[in-house]
Parts: sequence; structure tokens; C-alpha cells
Amino acid sequence: MFIVNFLSAFGRYLMLMGRTFSLPERWRMFWKQYVKELTQLGVDSIGIVLLISFFIGAVICIQIKLNIASPWMPNFTTGYTTREIMVLEFSSSIMCLILSGKVGSNIASEIGTMRVTQQIDALEIMGVNSASFLILPKIMGLMTMIPCLVVFSMAAGFVGAYASAIVGIVSVDDLTIGLQHDFRQWFIWMSMIKSFVFAFIIASVSSFYGYTVEGGSFDVGKASTDAVVRSSMLILFADIFLTPLLS
Amino acid sequence: MIEIKHLYKSFEDRDVLKDINAVFEEGKTNLIIGQSGSGKTVLMKNIVGLFEPTRGEILYDGRDFVRMTKREKVLIRREMGMIFQSAALFDSMSVLENVMFPLDMFSDKNEADRVRRAKFCLDRVNLAGAEDKFPGEISGGMQKRVAIARAIALNPKYLFCDEPNSGLDPKTSLVIDDLIHSITEEYKMTTIINTHDMNSVMGIGENIIYICEGRKEWQGNKDQIMTSTNERLNSFIFASDLFRKVKEANS
Repeated sequence: MFIVNFLSAFGRYLMLMGRTFSLPERWRMFWKQYVKELTQLGVDSIGIVLLISFFIGAVICIQIKLNIASPWMPNFTTGYTTREIMVLEFSSSIMCLILSGKVGSNIASEIGTMRVTQQIDALEIMGVNSASFLILPKIMGLMTMIPCLVVFSMAAGFVGAYASAIVGIVSVDDLTIGLQHDFRQWFIWMSMIKSFVFAFIIASVSSFYGYTVEGGSFDVGKASTDAVVRSSMLILFADIFLTPLLS
Repeated sequence: MIEIKHLYKSFEDRDVLKDINAVFEEGKTNLIIGQSGSGKTVLMKNIVGLFEPTRGEILYDGRDFVRMTKREKVLIRREMGMIFQSAALFDSMSVLENVMFPLDMFSDKNEADRVRRAKFCLDRVNLAGAEDKFPGEISGGMQKRVAIARAIALNPKYLFCDEPNSGLDPKTSLVIDDLIHSITEEYKMTTIINTHDMNSVMGIGENIIYICEGRKEWQGNKDQIMTSTNERLNSFIFASDLFRKVKEANS
């Protein structure tokens, strides 16, 4: 039964994506929606990304310095480990998990409410491809903005690490040496590629749950929760496959 | 003119519409009436293409909507306007943007002309001055009027109204009814209204179809309805004391 339900949902998801990835009927309307989504999904998330990344960067630095550092390890270990954690996993995967909660629920509840209040029916009656009109700008908008958010997250994490250095937990020089030690540019690209895939998962899965809502406000709430849970699970699965593939 | 021939609609093993035949005339307000659960909303959704009929034909001026390709359906939908029970305005857009939406999507006019047309439609439904308000900031009656303005923005040939008076007070209902009726005459549209509001039936019912348990039970106009001998229709129409007394006074 579970497999049948899964395959049925997956089939409906693919059909919805088929309708979504069609050429916009009016490019001027597409660009208008796209810019709106850039702001709503991306720019409005900058604050939370900076805040979380700053504190996580600081805490990672403090944890490593206080609990892992030993006389046998070089002084730059703290900065080096902080950088690797932020660049390789936190800013791409964990930040996308957090964003799936904020952005995913936003997308699912917005589209779900449009469904139950017949706004999507109104679009269909007008002859508008509602899937393409509503979902495509969200997917494109989030895929455009997430790599930027990842870079902001990395930067904020390093600023957080320096903040812990300023209060004296770690030396600024050691931290700087650690952050620069054995730096590989590919790791930044890898993080951005991963986040690009995660952005597609967040936007498309959340849109699917919102678009297929039936019922009332209770069902919109349930769809919103399902969207966050399922997109988070898919991000974790995708991370497992992408990490060895890109490393 | 919209014609329906031998229309059936089933959901799994439940037959909701059974052999519906009807003609909805141009320039007239055509009403579909019936009790809640009788199948009138399903009939409307079949006509506008939100549901696929199980069997039967739906002809828009002779063009069979059921057998059209997806592309042809998209094109014919641009000749339709619809007013939903909940108005279904886009709540992230202002009143003016809502009315401009179909023009923005399908009209090749420049922006100034589109704004002019949208303002004309708003003026037509007596909503001049409300352009910058959002749907959440206006009353239910005003929302319905915005929905009418949006529906007529592209000069549609067919207008569909799903319970347009739902949730409105009797006075506002009359305003909406009169507006739909006058717009229908003015633009020579084929208008179909789904309602169980007896004031609408008596006010603007030029062609009325009564649906009962998924079948067309009766067809006529507002004058004929008062003298009908159809028992099922009479039990629906004269369920309220007011209309029973009106009938007694007439007879």
C-alpha cells in the first residue's frame, strides 16, 4: 500500500512538473512574478540566514577550541575545522533544511490557500496554465537566491567565528591561519551546487503539496507540514548521494 | 449559445449528473437552480471544464468543448468569464491589478490602455476609487463586483456565476443580480448563474433549469415557475412561507 501511494504521488508530482516547465504565456508576467519571488523567498530570508550562521559559526569555533583542541594539535585546527564544517555542510545542507521550514511552509500554504479559495480555479478558467504561472517563478526564484544565501551563510559563520576570537576564546591570528589553511575553492562550488539541487527540492515539493490540497484550512496546514517534512527528508537523501558524487 | 446534450457525470460508482439536456441562450440570464447536493455545481464545473464529463456533449456555439484539444480549450476559455461563490480574487493583488490580470495575460494593448480598460470595468460596476484597495480591505459585495469587473475585462462571450449572492444581504444581492442582468444584455453574453436564491430566480430568471437528484426536472422562465404543476419544483420553490403566500395571493 505504501509503495502504491508513493508511486501514485510521485507520478502526480512528475505530471505537475511537466505542466510547470512549459514556456510562460506572457514573459512580462513571468518576470514580474520571478522578481516578487526573489524578494519573498530569497531577500526576506537573508536576516534569518545571517543570524543563524553567525551564531553557529561562533559556537562551532568555541566548541572546538574548548572541547577538541589539545597540545598535540596545531593551533590553527579550530579555524580550519570551523571553515570545513561551515563550507562543506552547514551553509549548504543544514541551512537548506532550515530554509525548507521557512520557505517550504510559506510556498505550500500560499498555493494551498489559493487552491481552497478557488483562486487556482479562476486562473484555469481564464485559460492560464496555473502550474506554470504559480510554481515556475518560485522554483526559478529560489534556485537563483539559494546559492547567494549559502555564500552569505559562510561569510556570517566566519564573522561569528571572529566574534568568538574577539572575546578571547581563540586567537585571531590562529583563527585566520586556520581559515586559510589548505583552502580548496571547489568546496565552495560544491556547496553551491548542492544548495542548487536542494532549492529545487524545497520549491517543487512544497508547491506540489500546496497545489494538490483538497478541503479547507485544516488541510492547508497539514499540507504545509507535509511539505516541510518531505522536502527535509529528500534534502537529507540527496545530500547522501551528492556528497560522494561531488567530492 | 451553450447547448448540453446527454451529459452524464459519475464519481467512482456514484452518478451525479444523469442525461442532462439543456440550451442556454445568448443575451439572457440562464439560471440553474436546485437544492444543495442536487448536482448544479458539478454541472457548472463540467460546462466550464473544471470537470471532465463521463459522457455527453457541451457545445459552445456549435463547438464541442468536450472533444476539443487542450490548446483549443485554452483558447475558448479566453472567451469565458467566471464569478465564483467566494469571488476568488487574488489576495496578493490590489483591486485594479485583479481586474487588469486577464488583460495583462492575454491582451496585446499597451499598459495605459490596459489600465484604462480596467478602470472602465471598475466604473461599470460602480467601484471607481477602490483601485488601490486589496480584497481583504473591501466588503463581500464589493469583492463580488470586482469579480464581475475582472470577468468582463476581456469582453467574454460566456459568463458563469456560481452562487454570486452567497453570503450577501438581500439588498446587495439585488444590486449584484441587476448588474449581471444588465451586463448580459449590454454585451449580448450567454450567462449561466448557479443559484438557490429565490429572489434571483424571480428577479432575473429568463431561462431557468431546475436540477433534482442529478436530472433536469423542469425548464421555463420566472413567470412559468409560479404556475408550474411540477411537485418537486413546487416543493423547492415554495419551501419558504413568503413565496407560498405570494403564490396564494396570485392565485
